Amino acid sequence: MRPRPLYGLCDDRRWDAERKDLRHAASRRDESTDTGRAWVLGEKEMIETEFAIVGAGPAGLSAALEAGRAGTKTLMIDENQAPGGQLFKQIHKFFGSKEHWAGTRGIDIGNKLLEETEKAGVNVMLDTVVWGIFDDGKTLAIKHQGSIRRVHAQKVLLATGASENALSFPGWTLPGVLGAGAAQTLVNLHRVLPGTKVLMVGSGNVGLIVAYQLLQAGAKVVAVVEALPEIGGYGVHASKIRRMGVPILVRHTVKEVWGDKKVERATIIQIDDQWRPIPGTERELDVDTICIAVGLHPLAELAWIAGCEFDYIAELGGHVPFHNKNMETTVPGLYVAGDAAGIGEATAAMEEGRLVGVDVAHGLGYLSDQEAESLMGEIRSRIESIRSGPFGEMLRQAKNKLMERRNECKSHFLKQAF
Amino acid sequence: MQESLSKTGVLAKGDLAESPGVPSEERMKKGPVVYIECMEEIPCNPCEFICPHGAISVGKQIIDLPVLDEEKCDGCGLCIPICPGLAIFLVDKSYSEQEALVAFPYELLPLPEVGMTVYGVDREGKAGCKASVVKVLNPKKFDRTPVIYLAVPKEFALDVRNFKFIEKEE
Repeated sequence: MRPRPLYGLCDDRRWDAERKDLRHAASRRDESTDTGRAWVLGEKEMIETEFAIVGAGPAGLSAALEAGRAGTKTLMIDENQAPGGQLFKQIHKFFGSKEHWAGTRGIDIGNKLLEETEKAGVNVMLDTVVWGIFDDGKTLAIKHQGSIRRVHAQKVLLATGASENALSFPGWTLPGVLGAGAAQTLVNLHRVLPGTKVLMVGSGNVGLIVAYQLLQAGAKVVAVVEALPEIGGYGVHASKIRRMGVPILVRHTVKEVWGDKKVERATIIQIDDQWRPIPGTERELDVDTICIAVGLHPLAELAWIAGCEFDYIAELGGHVPFHNKNMETTVPGLYVAGDAAGIGEATAAMEEGRLVGVDVAHGLGYLSDQEAESLMGEIRSRIESIRSGPFGEMLRQAKNKLMERRNECKSHFLKQAF
Repeated sequence: MQESLSKTGVLAKGDLAESPGVPSEERMKKGPVVYIECMEEIPCNPCEFICPHGAISVGKQIIDLPVLDEEKCDGCGLCIPICPGLAIFLVDKSYSEQEALVAFPYELLPLPEVGMTVYGVDREGKAGCKASVVKVLNPKKFDRTPVIYLAVPKEFALDVRNFKFIEKEE
């Protein structure tokens, strides 16, 4: 089963920017001595590496350090000006076991990973956008320092992370309505408060943690609303903001947001178990900011372009590239890890990245069967421990479902072929 | 998960009494002891490793709840700042005739000053009593999770889990 890509890169605003650059490049073509398309794609500018990684977040960094440590010539590419992905805005202490740096803040885990990656001799290209993938997933088209170049690798990892889901309601386009992740970036990276009176929509871990961090940054969180009958995230995260005086209203949603040119107030409403608003339960809140924390979806456009087969698994955030237990997609040599392989959290992303790093190093002959097996064993047992318990179990089952469905599809295709 | 926790984010006292991390009434009357409000199976175990007395055990299955050995716990409080869920507290009902000592993690600025009178705040964020700040611990090894010790009226020992400054005009 290969669902048709609904949008591909054209949906992405970054792509629009790139396209403008291309048009610009095309208009300047005459100034160049090269001809046409070859100039645009920079035929001369091929960068050779053994292992290319798109995205320097927890998954990408972990893959880089495992592969690099084994001796693989590794190049990591990230569109941001600093590596680390979302780790550097995670100022809270992480759950986990001792081996998972439990009790350590995400930002400090990020610094340790960077240090180790550097020691492993990994090359990093920052401020570099990967905008295309060709040649059976072996060639990446990148824009680096204003010029278009290509990277050729024997193995490629897409560790491109996730994007926040949107929620539409009357007034949702007013300035002041933003993603919870965006608010977290503003507060923890740029040290800017998006507003002072916040309504958080969604009580998953992102909603609860960002609500807490907004309180730490000095904002008032007026309420957290959750459409489901139960709080989505960890109880301890909920307790933390409750004792700071933040109400969490389950079976509530935002009905409308009001304001002249910016958010000035919001109406919330209770909903029944058929998801219908209950008239008369409206409440008006004095807020200037609405944070939307209603889940994430994998950013896997490059996998679509490369021709990877996908499946829709709601628990993993939507369309997810099929991958085997070593995170390899249906395109040989092309891997996914972290949120791009199904929404999880940073600890699991790091372990998935490590799996890829080891598998790539093994595939290229830098690790013996025995070495790879023992490293994989350790990583898998750590993944097992993360994916236990009621929260982890759901993810484990979703990942299993993905693999089972892949096998079903395979046999279906075989039947059709004959 | 307990319904009180999953619906409201506040653990009901009845549910808390069943937590394997909660000490007995007798133990709290003897002196400082930690009070672990961790009742959800999360894969997490730093409390077990930080405890120098072996008083907290999670075990091999790291999703299991932390179990407190109240006799081994001497109330040193090292586990309070390491808990990523900020779910470990400390209670000492032997503190004085009228007052109990309560400690909790507090990751906000400004920090209160020792000797200050503040409101003791419960799990729902309500100010229930006045309390005095006894200790504010913020050493480097706590990694930016300060721990506040409050003396609270004894009957509030199991309620106070946060504090609020008393505004001047009140």
